[in-house]
Amino acid sequence: MQDASGAVVAFEHVTKRYRGADAAAVNDLTLEIPAGEICVLVGPSGCGKTTSMKMVNRLIEPTSGRITIDGRDVMELGAVELRRRIGYVIQQVGLFPHLTVGANTAVVPSLLGWDPARIRARTDELLELVGLSPHDYRERYPSELSGGERQRVGVARALAADPPVMLMDEPFGAVDPIRRERLQNEFLRLQERVRKTIIFVTHDVDEAIKMGDRIAILQRGGILAQYDTPAAILANPASEFVERFVGADRGLKRLSLARVRDLETIEPVTVRAGEDRAEIRRRLDRSEELEYALLVDDERRPLGWIDQHDLAGSGPILAEAATPGAPTVQPETTLRDALSALLGSSVQLGVVVDDHERVIGLVSVDAIGDRLREPVQGADGEFHPVGTEVG
Amino acid sequence: MDWAWIARNADEIAFRTWEHVLLTVIAIAIGFTISFGLALLIRGRPWLGAPIIGISGILYTIPSLALFAFLVPFLGTHNPVTAEVALVSYTILILLRNILAGLDGVSADVLEAADGMGYTRWQRLWRVELPVAVPVIVGGLRVATVTIVGLVTVTALIGLGGLGYLIVDVGYRRFFLTATLVGSAGAILLAVVADRGLVRLQSALTPWARSRTAR
Repeated sequence: MQDASGAVVAFEHVTKRYRGADAAAVNDLTLEIPAGEICVLVGPSGCGKTTSMKMVNRLIEPTSGRITIDGRDVMELGAVELRRRIGYVIQQVGLFPHLTVGANTAVVPSLLGWDPARIRARTDELLELVGLSPHDYRERYPSELSGGERQRVGVARALAADPPVMLMDEPFGAVDPIRRERLQNEFLRLQERVRKTIIFVTHDVDEAIKMGDRIAILQRGGILAQYDTPAAILANPASEFVERFVGADRGLKRLSLARVRDLETIEPVTVRAGEDRAEIRRRLDRSEELEYALLVDDERRPLGWIDQHDLAGSGPILAEAATPGAPTVQPETTLRDALSALLGSSVQLGVVVDDHERVIGLVSVDAIGDRLREPVQGADGEFHPVGTEVG
Repeated sequence: MDWAWIARNADEIAFRTWEHVLLTVIAIAIGFTISFGLALLIRGRPWLGAPIIGISGILYTIPSLALFAFLVPFLGTHNPVTAEVALVSYTILILLRNILAGLDGVSADVLEAADGMGYTRWQRLWRVELPVAVPVIVGGLRVATVTIVGLVTVTALIGLGGLGYLIVDVGYRRFFLTATLVGSAGAILLAVVADRGLVRLQSALTPWARSRTAR
C-alpha cells in the first residue's frame, strides 16, 4: 500500500442549522486537516462533532460554508460517488448480517464494479491487514464474530477501495476497555502503514489524546474551542472550557502523550517449564534489577511470574509454580494506560508484548514515574509536556 | 373407511389435489406481488400506510362465505377468478404486514453503514434491506399459505374447491365419510408440506441466519 495516500480535508466557515432548532448544531467551523493525519473531534454531547463528521460525506449537508477534499468542494460530487471514495466506520459497525466477512469487506469494490478476481485479492489483503486470517474468516458471517473481530471487519470494509479519507464515529466505543486498548494500538499501527486522513469522533478525552495527531475540541452549539496537537492542548488550554473538559488531571494525562515504546525496557529473565531451578536462580542473581523470572511458553508468550520462593531447592521448575496475571502492554500503549494496568497488579512490572503476544521486554512503574518527573521545559524555552517531540 | 372407493377414485383425488395446489399457488403469487408493490408504495409515501393496511384489514375480516356470496352475482360460479379474487384478498394483510415488518426490522446501523458506503436507494433496498428481511417475509408466506390451503376448501361452494370438493360435494352432500376424511387429510397434508417447504426455502436463502450459535 502506498504511503501518505490521504488528502487534505478543510472546513471553511461551515454552519449547520437544523430546521426548527434555535441554535446552530455546528457554528462557523473552520479547520484544516493535513493529509495523512488523524484529527479527533471531541466534546460533550450536543457539541456537533458527529454532525461535523457526517457533513464530510454528505450524510448531513451544511447550511452554509463549504468542505473541501484536496481543494474540491464535496457538494460538487454526487453524494453516492463521494461516499464510495470515503471510508466510513461507525460504533455499532453495521456489518451486513446476510453477507460473509469477505462479501462485507468487498462491498464498496463491488459497488464500484471491480472484477471478481481483483475484489478477491483485495479482500484477502485487507483481512490480512486487520489481523484476520482470510482462510479462517472469509466465509464466516458477522453473527459468528466477537465484537472486536466485527470492528476489524468494519475497518477492513472502510479501507476496501483505498479511500484517501476515512470517517470514524466512536469506532471503539462498543468494545470493553481492554479490547479497546488493543484495537486502538492495532489501528495506530495500521495507520502508520496506510496514512489516511482520518476524522475520528469520540467523547472520550483520553482516546482523543491517544489517537489524535490533532484534536478539535468542540463545545455546545458547535463552537470550536481549540484545535491543536494533544501536547499543545494539554500544555496551553485555550479557555476555561477546554481546561475543564480536558480535566483536572492534566499532569497525569500528559502520560497519555508518551508510549511504552518511548521507555527503555528491561530485559526479562525468561524461563520455560522444566528448566533447572538452581540455574534460574543464578540467572536472576546476575540480573541486578529483577527479583522475578518470567515463565513463558514455547512461543515466548508470558505465563506468569516466578519468585525466589518458588526457586528454592533444585530440580526442574513446574509450569504450575508461576503466579499468573502479569499485566501485558504493547509498544503503542500509552504510559497512562500502562500505569493503571501496573498499579492493579502485585508485581509492578508490565510485560511488553508484540502482536502475537510474544515477550519483547519489561517496563516498571518506576520508569513511568521517572518520566512523569522529567522537566517539561522544551529546548526552545517553551513549555512542552512529556513525550512530545520538540522542534 | 372405504378403501375400495379410494382405489377406484385415485384419478379424481389426484386431480382435486392438483387443483387445490394450483388455486393456492396462484393466490399466493398474486397476493405476494400486490403486497410487495403496496409495501414499496408505503415505503415511498408513509402516509399511505395507515389507509392501505386499514383496507386490507377490513378485507381480512369479511367472512369467506359472505365474500363468495357477494362475488358470485358478478363473476359467476365455477369461475376460478371468483375464487382467486376472494383468496388473494385474504393474503394481503398477512403478507403486507410481514414485508413491512421485515423491512422495518433492518437495524439503523446497517442502514447507516449502507448509506455511508455509497449505496443508492434502490441498491440499498435490493441488496441490503430485502435480503435481511427474508426471514420475516417468509414467515408471512408460511402463515398466508397455510391459511389459503384451508380456505381453498370453501371454494367448493362455488363449484371448485380442490380437495374441498371431496369434503363438500361427495362427503357432506352424499353422507360419504370416506370422502370427507380423504379430503380433510389431503388438505392438512398439503398445508404441512407447503409449510415445511417454505422453511427449507428460507433456510436455503438465508445461510447467515442459521449459524447464530458460535461467536
